[in-house]
Amino acid sequence: MSTATLAPANDHEHHGPPRGMRRWLMSTNHKDIGTMYLIFALVMLFLGGASAMLIRAELFMPGLQLLEPDLYNNLVTNHALIMIFGAVMPAAAGLANWMIPLMIGAPDMALPRMNNLSFWILPAAATMLMLSFVVPFFPGGGSQINTGWTLYPPLSLQVGMSMDFLIFAIHLLGISSVLASINIIVTIFNMRAPGMNLMQMPIFVWTWLVTAFLLILVVPVLAGGVTMLLFDRHFGTSFFNAAGGGDPVLFQHLFWFFGHPEVYVLILPSFGVLASIIPTFARKPLFGYKSLVGSMIAIMFIGMVVWAHHQYTIGMSLAAVSYFMIGTIIISIPVGLMVFNYIATMWRGSMTFETPMLFAVAILLMFSFGGLTGIMLAVVPADMQYHDSMFVVAHFHYVLLPGAVFGLFAGVFYWLPKWTGNMYDERLAKIFFWINVIGFNLTFFPQHFLGLAGMPRRIIDYNIMFTEFNMVSSVGAMIFGLSHLLLLYIIIKTIRGGKPASARVWEGANGLEWELPSPPPFHSWTTAPQIK
Amino acid sequence: MPRAKARIRILSLFTLLFCSETALGELGINFPTPAAPVAQEIYDVHMLTMRITTVLLIIVFSFILYSIFFHRKSRGYQADQHFHETWFGNWSWIFVPAMVLAVDLTIANSAQKTLEKIWVVPKDEKLMDLKVIGHQWWWEFEYLDHDIKVESRYTPEEKAGDLYLREVDKRLVLPTNTRIRFLHTSADVLHAFWVPELGFKKDAIPGYVTETWAEITREGVFRGQCAELCGTWHSRMPLVVEAVSQEQFNSWVEEQKTLKVAALAEASADKVWSKEDLFEKGKGLYNSKCSACHQITGLGLPPAFPALKGSPIATGSISEHLKIVLNGKEGTAMQPWNSLNYLEIASIITYERNAWGNDTGDVVQPADVNAAR
Ligand code: HEC
Ligand code: HEM
Ligand SMILES: [Cu+2]
Ligand SMILES: [Cu+2]
Repeated sequence: MSTATLAPANDHEHHGPPRGMRRWLMSTNHKDIGTMYLIFALVMLFLGGASAMLIRAELFMPGLQLLEPDLYNNLVTNHALIMIFGAVMPAAAGLANWMIPLMIGAPDMALPRMNNLSFWILPAAATMLMLSFVVPFFPGGGSQINTGWTLYPPLSLQVGMSMDFLIFAIHLLGISSVLASINIIVTIFNMRAPGMNLMQMPIFVWTWLVTAFLLILVVPVLAGGVTMLLFDRHFGTSFFNAAGGGDPVLFQHLFWFFGHPEVYVLILPSFGVLASIIPTFARKPLFGYKSLVGSMIAIMFIGMVVWAHHQYTIGMSLAAVSYFMIGTIIISIPVGLMVFNYIATMWRGSMTFETPMLFAVAILLMFSFGGLTGIMLAVVPADMQYHDSMFVVAHFHYVLLPGAVFGLFAGVFYWLPKWTGNMYDERLAKIFFWINVIGFNLTFFPQHFLGLAGMPRRIIDYNIMFTEFNMVSSVGAMIFGLSHLLLLYIIIKTIRGGKPASARVWEGANGLEWELPSPPPFHSWTTAPQIK
Repeated sequence: MPRAKARIRILSLFTLLFCSETALGELGINFPTPAAPVAQEIYDVHMLTMRITTVLLIIVFSFILYSIFFHRKSRGYQADQHFHETWFGNWSWIFVPAMVLAVDLTIANSAQKTLEKIWVVPKDEKLMDLKVIGHQWWWEFEYLDHDIKVESRYTPEEKAGDLYLREVDKRLVLPTNTRIRFLHTSADVLHAFWVPELGFKKDAIPGYVTETWAEITREGVFRGQCAELCGTWHSRMPLVVEAVSQEQFNSWVEEQKTLKVAALAEASADKVWSKEDLFEKGKGLYNSKCSACHQITGLGLPPAFPALKGSPIATGSISEHLKIVLNGKEGTAMQPWNSLNYLEIASIITYERNAWGNDTGDVVQPADVNAAR
């Protein structure tokens, strides 16, 4: 197919970005919006991280040292919501914005104005979220949100007005991610370079396609659930109030119908990043492209029908728990297949271990571990013990940090030279990697034992029998948390200068994004590339 | 906690799978030793899945580590560009899932068998019914077959010492070798009953009654705590089960019944009490039942829990004061206290109206409470 006939009239190629604030506020450019998403996510990562470090500082010793119980629970709630909705999802959306047009040979996203809107809703939502945290400290501000991110009623019906701020923040965050998802789907379906069919797209693009569908399917359910909460709080309904004939458990079902697929929303994009990184540094083609695509579609469907594994203790019937148990265990098949394909991609490769690859290997090791504790949790009788204990906290941090956050770090190191045109400082990045990974394991590994020994999650104070492991965990958390300052320094240093990066950047890199110069021009592919 | 124990604990982490299991429980890195067959069943599936997943983990780790060690450029290893096109590349998407499925079914099968044994409360034998009611932040146990009630609250640090947050004022006394059916519910928000030695955890949900059962096979004291976030003092809801022989249990029941009769006689609505007596009684009751929220000092924890010191209700009209204590307030943590008897309510209210400088001088008698109710 000839590119000449399909090339758009690129008469505005000469214009650069607008100057000053307008460039950012009114941006319709996928790269600028991607950059803003990533910066936003980084800011949120630090806020969420600071709250986590406060939590761990409080738990360093038994007794109440730094915090009040309600403030503690408020921090727990805020930490989770900021990390999930403020850090991981926007960072993944930032990568999508930057990379999808580059990878599929498009000049920009399909709906650039909506792109602008979906980003600029986020700072508003984050402001609401912060307000929900601080409002109780003002006179008349009501009590603090002490429910955890799950917002279970009736406790969430007792909370003061900050819960209303939170509900609106969730609405805004939901709107933002649905808009971003629509944009991504439209872009992928309509903007691929001529000749690129769906089964030729990079896996990263595929993961985002699946993620976007998943988001559109489940976010409205969460929005509905929290709206019902709002009505119960202010308009006299009793959806969740047993005294009025309502059902507190209904909210849990609505929440987890969103919540379980959400965990795949968090990990899939990062798994997509791995599918780019591993072949590059193994210097051989990706293993099992089709089975990766099949796996993630299977994950999407099965993942939507196993939500109640978070609610084994609510007293479901034997038939119901058996179903949810078997469904959940079955998910290990597609998840396991994805991990297998990545290992097989490394197998008989000619590997080098630059920072993105170090993260990739660490992810495979630690995510496998987290996935296996997931299987233990799926076993209903055993979960009668594990549920709501520190064991669960350890499990989901082992899947979420390697599965989502480290994948994003890997992606940032992998593409930063492409984005900025400068190489990052490899030596510093490796130091960051090691401190980060060691700190992470020190923090979360001991929590498995705490959980087994009987320490529940979400408690501010504990008996002295749990002291040692909590101390190890808190020390780990300080190392882990502070290591991110180094990340910040590396990123700033790279943006400001460094060894110029070539277009290909990595010896083994393959894919359209590496055909453009580093950094790429303001409008990515003004002439659609030809796909062989 | 002795240092040496901590050291042993950390050293034995990696031998978790191979050492004597009970010893590991004692060290606080695995479940404590089960005290009921249900717990034993759960313990066995737990160990089984942990062993299976550990083997899987070792397999996965070996492949990854082998690969990063041998298949590296620095060793001059040439990448096999056609690996994904070999028979292995073409068919692994079938046999890898098949292998994972086999493991999954092994786990699911044994889990399902255990589930069938423990999930449904057996109906073949007479069970002792125990109703467990979660409150913000205490537990209430109703022995339905014996017509007695126990209220259980955490013991403050000064008294509990090393057992702080693992000790309560009144323990849940249960007989051994008796099948007990636990009926869980809640008076306010969600809570969860969790005593690891008994094996299960179950949510207490307002409007629901959820069931579990256990037959405790050895005497002893088993400690757990509330496992579902229930607000401010979620960390202060320990559960302490004291399992005793049937004879000891029977005499304990008799003792409780005598106490109950005495309390009822004392609380008769007709009796008139002196202000001092009411104040003293009220102080004890207030400090145990109300101080979690309103604080011993009466200052509360605003904005969540209002101060009673100088509060318009506690210093205003007596009938409003009675009303909020008897009926609670919808949609807040202030629950109806109508399970307290007339004397108890009268004395708490008298106390609140005269303590912390609320010098109203008012005396509320049980008869007044009777009239208001
Ligand atoms: C679980 C926490 C909790 C416990 C325990 C509790 N209260 Fe309250 N109480 C509250 C809350 C919350 C309010 C505020 C209700 C509202 O918003 O009006 C309140 C309000 C009150 C008020 C009205 C104060 C005012 O000025 O508005 C009185 C009187 C009172 N409680 C008495 C008691 C007594 C007596 C007890 C013990 C038998 C008790 N409370 C135990 C949470 C609690
Ligand atoms: C093989 C795959 C997995 C299985 C079988 C699995 C299973 C489970 C189960 C059964 C629970 C509930 C435990 C309980 O509360 O008692 C749970 C909790 C959780 N899992 Fe997983 N999981 C898997 C992968 C993941 C992944 C990939 C993520 C995220 C990236 C994740 C994130 C979480 C989170 C956040 C929770 C706790 C939620 C909360 O209570 O706040 N899991 N998992
Ligand atoms: Cu889940
Ligand atoms: Cu609780």
